Order: sequence, then structure tokens, then C-alpha cells
Amino acid sequence: MTVFAIRRFLSIIPTLFLVATMVFVFIRFAPGGPFDTERAYPPEVMRNIEKQYNLDQPVLVQYKNWLGNIVTKGSLGNSTKYANRTVEELIGITLPVSMKLGALGMLAALALGIPLGIIGAVRQNTWKDSLAMAAAMLGISVPRFVLAPLLVLVFSLKLYWLPVARWETWRHAVLPVFCAALPMAAYIARLTRAGMLEVIHSDFIRTARAKGLSERLVILRHALRGGMLPVVSFVGPGFAGLLVGSLVIEKIFDIPGMGRYLVEAVQNRDYNLVAGVALVYGSLLMVSNALVDIAYKLLDPRVELDR
Amino acid sequence: MSKPLEFEVDAHEKGSSLWRDAWRRLKKNRVAVVSAVVLIFSLLVCIVHPMVTAHPYDKSSLATGAQGPSWQHWLGTDDHGRDLLSRLTFGGRISFAVGIIATAISFVIGVSWGGVAGYFGGRVDAVMMRIVDVLYTFPLLIFVILVTAFFANENTVFYSMFVSILGVLYSDSADPKYLPMFKIFFVFATLGAMSWLTMARIVRGQVIALRGQLFVEAAVSVGVGHARLIFRHLIPNALGPIIVYTTLTIPEVMLTEAFLSFLGLGTQEPLSSWGQLVATGSESLDLYPWLVVFPGLALAITLFCFNFLGDGLRDALDPRVRKD
Repeated sequence: MTVFAIRRFLSIIPTLFLVATMVFVFIRFAPGGPFDTERAYPPEVMRNIEKQYNLDQPVLVQYKNWLGNIVTKGSLGNSTKYANRTVEELIGITLPVSMKLGALGMLAALALGIPLGIIGAVRQNTWKDSLAMAAAMLGISVPRFVLAPLLVLVFSLKLYWLPVARWETWRHAVLPVFCAALPMAAYIARLTRAGMLEVIHSDFIRTARAKGLSERLVILRHALRGGMLPVVSFVGPGFAGLLVGSLVIEKIFDIPGMGRYLVEAVQNRDYNLVAGVALVYGSLLMVSNALVDIAYKLLDPRVELDR
Repeated sequence: MSKPLEFEVDAHEKGSSLWRDAWRRLKKNRVAVVSAVVLIFSLLVCIVHPMVTAHPYDKSSLATGAQGPSWQHWLGTDDHGRDLLSRLTFGGRISFAVGIIATAISFVIGVSWGGVAGYFGGRVDAVMMRIVDVLYTFPLLIFVILVTAFFANENTVFYSMFVSILGVLYSDSADPKYLPMFKIFFVFATLGAMSWLTMARIVRGQVIALRGQLFVEAAVSVGVGHARLIFRHLIPNALGPIIVYTTLTIPEVMLTEAFLSFLGLGTQEPLSSWGQLVATGSESLDLYPWLVVFPGLALAITLFCFNFLGDGLRDALDPRVRKD
């Protein structure tokens, strides 16, 4: 098991290297540069600026230095847009905010989705089931960036219950977290229901009932464990979607998270910042997928992942 | 003469072929039927309305300004005085086109990739599916954002290629009005190139399961070549899951296009798409709420219907419930 976990984490490294390389290449090949302005700088000034950021060196040397600094010093370089600030500084300030939004969204999604799925499975083909699944389908189909303005319209601008934007007290967090969570909660509900229906008619559930366990225990301890498998395998990609989806949420609710840098820095051609943010996103996604694979193996001893 | 044996058996056994069964089950699923009707209706509206309307989608009138829904403008106007219904139906064309074109691209890549990998097996399969595995762990959406932001503009090779192709059709090939169209097509292509992975896995699994069956052996024995065997014999027998997954890919790519347009990377003014309409609308949410509500509803209802239709198709074509 430990061997498997270590190997799974080591397998991230080549992909991460590929991501880093592709980001680096993409940025350099894109038209425009970080110091393009309406009025071009005089060539001498331009040369000095480029020298300051080592952009005057051959691309291969830049690549080697950039990778070397990441590995040896953990340094992602300086931002060109935010002068005198390193990329790790900027990410260090904004990433915790994004992570908090993501983690809260994830918890809310699990807290909403799993009970809904259990109801659907236990009361299969009743009106409760239909209602729960229709709600889930609605949650999947309404994009976050449609849901968010509508909720703001109702709860902030009409009812004045919650603030419109910003990230300060818990009241500010309610709408963004709910918007982040809802599509995921909907998927989780559907997966929980499907997973539980698959096991609920199997022999070990019948055995559990035959032993005289209470229905509550049968459902919560035995059926739910089996029903969780598809949910667990979704949590990885789902968390990925949550992170990327939080781009939108951060934009709508004016939350100072990392997401805004991805779009903004690309438009500013802030090479190091784009690469840094993409790398952080990439590694977050890959690590969460790896964690999911490991959790999957812990939950279901039948799964053979050693390839 | 190279027709697989199974088809002929099915033809004799009237009324119980996979497709007839599936069609019967689908017709019984009321939600799926309603979804299909709504989708066809809105597609028709999006095709016809921009052709017949008295208010072109890009005709602004500052004197009109932003007005709520009225008899003249059913869904109101935006702050440039442009008719929202016209912008909505025009944007619907783009959304549906994304759904169709990007899905078609992903269909072609995914089916061929999975078909070839599953058919040849062994080392070919190992290498091809390893590539899929690596791409799966790749933060693809991040890359789509980067690629569209970087390359969907006029200084790139892609744009000159696009213009030179269109330049054959139109004489004034340097026309800047190509740029918005180019951006959209770029998004189509990128989304298509991104969303074929699951399709490849599904097709590979199906092909592997079918490969050992008698009709394949029969086809080989009469001298059918590799390509023909894959595309005429194996893939058609795996169509059920392929169709289901295709229906589910459509809303996914539509949503991604809307997402990109919302971030300002996809469709841009004066063209409209649903994502872009929601994005501009949400900037003046407190003053003109209808600018968010109607495009948001259009997008949500369409995605809702596609998802329900996909679900209905899955229930209808799922081999596990066949002939219950």
C-alpha cells in the first residue's frame, strides 16, 4: 500500500514536467510580449528591461534557468506586471483564499449531495426519488456563472439578506460557497444513488439484513460504503472542476483568489506569473487525483491498481 | 457479402432489434421526449429568428438604450439598445454550432483512436492508451484557457491560415471582421481536440469486447482489411454507448464555450453567445436584471434538455436492461 502510494505520487513528476515545459513553450510562442505598450519603449530601455528579467538570453537558457530555479530554490521568478514582487509571493497571498473557497465548496457539496443520493436510492422510484434527481439534474445543468448572478439578484439585491461581493465575514462566504458547491453536489447525489442501487440488492446486504441489523445500520454502514466508490472517483476530477469553476466565482464575487491571475496574467503576457499559476493549478489537480486513487484502493480491496 | 452475421439475424427477428427496442423505450420516457422536442424547437427558433427579425442582433440604437421587455422587444434591449431576443437567438446559433462542431471533432478523434487501439491491441494499444492516461491527468481546461488567450488573435499562423481559406470564398481577405469568427472557430477546434479522451476509452473497451466474436472472424476469413473491419464492422456494433456519450459531450462543450466566453476568451462583441451575454449582463445586474435572466435561462434549459436526453438514451440503449 505504501509502495503504491509512493509510486503513485512519483508518477506525477513526469506529467508535471510536461506541463511546465508546455506552458513555457506556449508563452514564448504567443504573439506579443510583457512590455508591449501603446508607445514602444526606446530600444535601449527595452534592452535594459529585458536584461533585468533575463529575457535577452536564448530561449533554451531561459528554460534551463527557470526549471533550475524551481527545482533548486523553489522560485518561480519575478512578475513583470507587479514589479518587484515574486510569483510565489503573489500566489502565496491568493492561493489560501482559493483553497478555502474550494475546500468549503467541497464540504458543502458532500454534505448536500450524499444525503440527497441516499434518499434517492432508499426511496427508489417514489416521488422523493424523482424530486431529488430532478434537483440534481438542475444543479448539473445550471452553470455556476448563471447561478451566481441569479442568487445575487435574489438574495442580495432584492432581499438584502447577504452581501453582494467581497470576502470578509462568513456572510460573504455563503453565496460563493453555495455556487461553487451546487454542480458538484448534484453529481455526487447522482453517483451516490447509482452506486448504492448497485450494491443494495447484493448478497452482503441481504446477509446484513438477515443478521438482524437495523435498516439504518444496513444503509449507513454497508450500502453507503459500496455506494461511495463512484463518488470517491469523482471527487478528484470534481475538485479539479471546482478549482477551475472558482475562476468564475472569484470574478463574480470579487474574491481575491488565485483564479483571476490566470486570465489577467495571460492578457498581460506576464510570463512567469502565468507559468507559476498554471503549474500550481496543475499540481493541485494531479495531487488530488493521486489522493483519490489511493483512497479508492483503501475503500475497495478488490481494486487492483498496481500496473 | 461482408455484412456481419448478426445484422441478418436481427432483421429476421422482427421488432426486437436493439434499435427498435431502444426507440420504443425512449418514446416511453416522457422527460426525454419533451427534452428532444424543446431542443428541436429552440434550434429551429435560433436558425429562423435571425433571418426574419426586424431587429438585427448588432443594430444598436442609443436613443432606445436599455429597456425591459415590451411588445416591440419581447425580451427587452441591452444598454446599446440592441434587441435581446435577436442577440439571444444569434448566440444560440453559436452555442449549437459549438455543440455540433466540437462534438463532431471529438467524435472523429475519439472513435478512431479508441477503435485503432482496441483493434490492434498489444503494444499499439499500450502506447495509445498511455497517451490518453497522461492527457487525463493533464489540466486540460487550464490549457484551453491559455491556448485561446494566446493564439486566438490576429498575429498567429492559425489566423493567416483561417483567412487564406476564407479568402478563397471572399475577395477582401484582410477584412478585420474575420477576427471574431476566427476566435469562435478556434474555440470549436480546441474544445473538440480536448474532449475525445473518454470517447476513446469507451470505444476501445467496446472494440476489445467485440473483437473475439464470430462475425469478426467471418469478416477476416473473407478477406476484409483492417480499416474496413474497424470502421464498418466493429464500430457500428458499438454505436449504442458511442451515441450516449456523444449526447453527453454536446452540453459539456457548450458549457465550456459559455465559460470561455464568460471569461472574455471566446465569442466577442459585436457577435453574441450565451456565455458572453450572461457575462456582460451580470455587470449591470442591479439595473437591468433581464439581461442576465433570459440568456441564463436559455443556457440552463438547453443544457438541462441535453442532459435529460442523454440520460434517456442511456436508459434506452443500456445493454444491461435490454430484453428485461
